Amino acid sequence: MSESAGHSTSEYIQHHLTNLQEGHGFWTFNIDTLVTSALLGLLVFGLFAWVARKATSGVPGKLQAAIEIVLEMVQTQVKDTFHGDSGAVAPLALTIFVWVFTLNAMDLLPVDLMPMIMGAFGVHHWKAVPTTDPNLTFAMSLTVFFLIYFYNIKVKKLGGFMHEVLTAPFGAKMAPFNLLFRVVEDLAKPVSLALRLFGNMYAGEMVFILIALLPVYLQWILGAPWAIFHILIITLQAFIFMILTIIYLSMAHESH
Amino acid sequence: MNINATIFGQAITFAILIWFTMKFVWPPIVAALEERARKIADGLAAAERGKQDLAQAEQRSNEALNEARAKAAEIIALSEKRRNEIIEEAREEAKVEADRVKSQAQAEVAQEILRAKETLRDQVADLVVSGAEKILRREINAQAHSELLTAIRAEL
Repeated sequence: MSESAGHSTSEYIQHHLTNLQEGHGFWTFNIDTLVTSALLGLLVFGLFAWVARKATSGVPGKLQAAIEIVLEMVQTQVKDTFHGDSGAVAPLALTIFVWVFTLNAMDLLPVDLMPMIMGAFGVHHWKAVPTTDPNLTFAMSLTVFFLIYFYNIKVKKLGGFMHEVLTAPFGAKMAPFNLLFRVVEDLAKPVSLALRLFGNMYAGEMVFILIALLPVYLQWILGAPWAIFHILIITLQAFIFMILTIIYLSMAHESH
Repeated sequence: MNINATIFGQAITFAILIWFTMKFVWPPIVAALEERARKIADGLAAAERGKQDLAQAEQRSNEALNEARAKAAEIIALSEKRRNEIIEEAREEAKVEADRVKSQAQAEVAQEILRAKETLRDQVADLVVSGAEKILRREINAQAHSELLTAIRAEL
């Protein structure tokens, strides 16, 4: 917390939780979230594409083997959960898992590192972990939400979908209640997806910030265990987001 | 927690990443994995085939070996038989030869005996004649009795 020498503790925390913003009102852009997520996405998916382009069916290199492990894990999950033509679902699940994991992994960098580096370039606010920005998590969950409706209508046609909305789970006589239940259920999906990821990462980041407030020689006592524990959290959150997406899309493909 | 236009930017980024993964990441790796699975399956099948071929070859070689062994035994038996025949023949021949030699020797001996007898008879006749002459010389005329003496000699 060298940087916060002249500030109070609450100012330090506040500083770490402020996005670098551009614009007014709703039309504000969180530059740090956009740049970090886009750059990391470019980096990691560029790496994946590079490995994929020269992928060999013979003996794979270590990098290819590692990516194959991730891909086969995702493929297994999709196969186990998703019954139907999984053409677009498996790549979608891989995208979610890899991207969320990468963005979450920014959490493992020291909390002051990115703000310090950007500060050296004269940028005063920089939130390093994009998944602590609800804009990102909601953007992902609403995209998934859109896909849920896309597949619902594509597979069941509009009539079949409306029929399902009005008759499940209580039958045609209780249509208004069915509709109400359906609205709540479907709204809960993107909100829970987004808030779960956001909440976990935000809270984790907050703990890292609080640990950074300890005296320098004590920080490792809490910092190291929390960081190690966080390796599990970031993987788990990426996995949960992916598996729930698969389940939601699977439900969109199946009739009640 | 403030929602603002960042959400659109993120949604666009996310959509691009999904498209990118679907197009450039997923298919090549899955294709490589499937290709490898196929290669491994082929390799296992080839190994299985190789094993079967080996077993067949072993069986064939065993059969050939057994056949050769049987043939060898047959040849040995045949040669033994032939040997016995040859020995038998030789024995037979030897016997015939021996008989021939023996009979020839017997004939020679018989002839020898005959010749000895002849000689002996001549000598005995001479002896008898000369003995008789000595006895008769004083009282018998040699000329008168020579005819008689010749007859005696012939009789002996």
